[in-house]
Amino acid sequence: MPKKIKTVLVMDAKTIERALIRIAHEIVEKNKGAENMAVIGIKNRGEYLAQRVASLIEKIEGVQIPVGLMDITLYRDDIQTKLEQPLVQKTEIPFDVRDRVIILVDDVLFTGRTIRAALDQIIDFGRPRCIQLAVLVDRGHRELPIRADYVGKNIPTAKSERVKVKIKEVDGEDSVSIVKH
Amino acid sequence: MKLRSKHLLGLEGMTKEEITLILDTAEPFKEILERPIRIVPTLRGVTVVNLFYEPSTRTRISFELAEKRLSAEVISFSATTSSVKKGETLKDTVRNIEAMKIDMVVVRHQCSGVPYFLTQCLDSSIINAGDGAHEHPTQALLDLFTIREKYKKIRGLKVVIVGDIKYSRVARSDIWGFTTMGAKVAVCGPTTLLPYEIEKMGIEVHHDVDEALEGADVVNVLRIQLERQKGGFLPSLREYTNKFGINVDRLKRLNENFTIMHPGPINRGVEITPEVADGPYSVILNQVTNGVAIRMAVLYLLSGGEGKVE
Repeated sequence: MPKKIKTVLVMDAKTIERALIRIAHEIVEKNKGAENMAVIGIKNRGEYLAQRVASLIEKIEGVQIPVGLMDITLYRDDIQTKLEQPLVQKTEIPFDVRDRVIILVDDVLFTGRTIRAALDQIIDFGRPRCIQLAVLVDRGHRELPIRADYVGKNIPTAKSERVKVKIKEVDGEDSVSIVKH
Repeated sequence: MKLRSKHLLGLEGMTKEEITLILDTAEPFKEILERPIRIVPTLRGVTVVNLFYEPSTRTRISFELAEKRLSAEVISFSATTSSVKKGETLKDTVRNIEAMKIDMVVVRHQCSGVPYFLTQCLDSSIINAGDGAHEHPTQALLDLFTIREKYKKIRGLKVVIVGDIKYSRVARSDIWGFTTMGAKVAVCGPTTLLPYEIEKMGIEVHHDVDEALEGADVVNVLRIQLERQKGGFLPSLREYTNKFGINVDRLKRLNENFTIMHPGPINRGVEITPEVADGPYSVILNQVTNGVAIRMAVLYLLSGGEGKVE
């Protein structure tokens, strides 16, 4: 008998939008404004979430927020154990990170290894004033001492489950669901 | 998508998809060269030996920089200052080096086939940095990258390779690379420097440079290898310059938005005039910059996990 795959929807487009609006407000509140701030999204889906968060902050504060995108492949810690080298994509940081407040954005926070790689990469670009982490979903199971400053939704999961984030720009719709095998 | 071999011996037999993967991978690596800190930790713990049996400036420095920018450990070996002088054979030399635990070997040798020979006696990944008159794959890859960067395509362009085709490994790799990617390739040179039956590689052959340049987009001017000219292939360098040298006058035959390439080192005033080499259509220095990105891409794609099969 084939294995049954069950998909449970946990966030729809509206919930995601509300979560991002709240995150944008929390960012502005915590930093007392948006001065000298920049947002960096982690490829692939973090890139689009970063653009949305940045434009929400722009709406609240009326200032321009530069947006960068980052591919962390070259900073991975498993690069020499994988069978196939992952495709390297473009990193574009079109601003100076020195002395800026950097908001790092990704879709799912899981083991924390991607964030570790992203932190190392940002610091190779210069010394920011601080780096804060915003994620749409925190699904637990950290393998490193890393936590998010802004979380759209905490979703407790089993390690065997998958969290599938869909983003309009890539997948045609906004949704978060858990896939159980 | 991955490369089928853990070695890079030549572009002969490589598929269009494999070449495209290398070119696509080189693009993000080029951006790293513009960063404030031009180094990424990707190949930490990987040891690369540069085994240079022939003199080289560009290729050697380019490989060393590419390796260092990926955080690999780099050992550079040159034949003139080693036990090769005491008569140690190539096989003994490399097996001794490998016994010290290394992962990759970049090799330049005056004999064709040495990189292949090394794959037979070592477990490391072997990268060909030029072997005899056989192939120089990373040079052709950086040529392809430079051309794709300018025209956003390779298919359909007419590429003319002018000069000493017979002794040029760059010519062979370029012919394989550009034809695989769908460009129209023509070669041109004195009969003595054109290999017999070269047209069987699927290319045009010209003996008259003006005829060859007609309607071309890219001209790759090869170096006249002065060290090989004692064999009487040319009556004189002056005659070569008159008949095949690329000067401003000859550029009129090319298509608009044409490009001049040269793999270096240049013999100014022999195969190319200084005005052409330094002209706005010359991408000679872009080629050198792109060389580092291409070599980083090759090192990255060939390193990594176990379980890769030939």
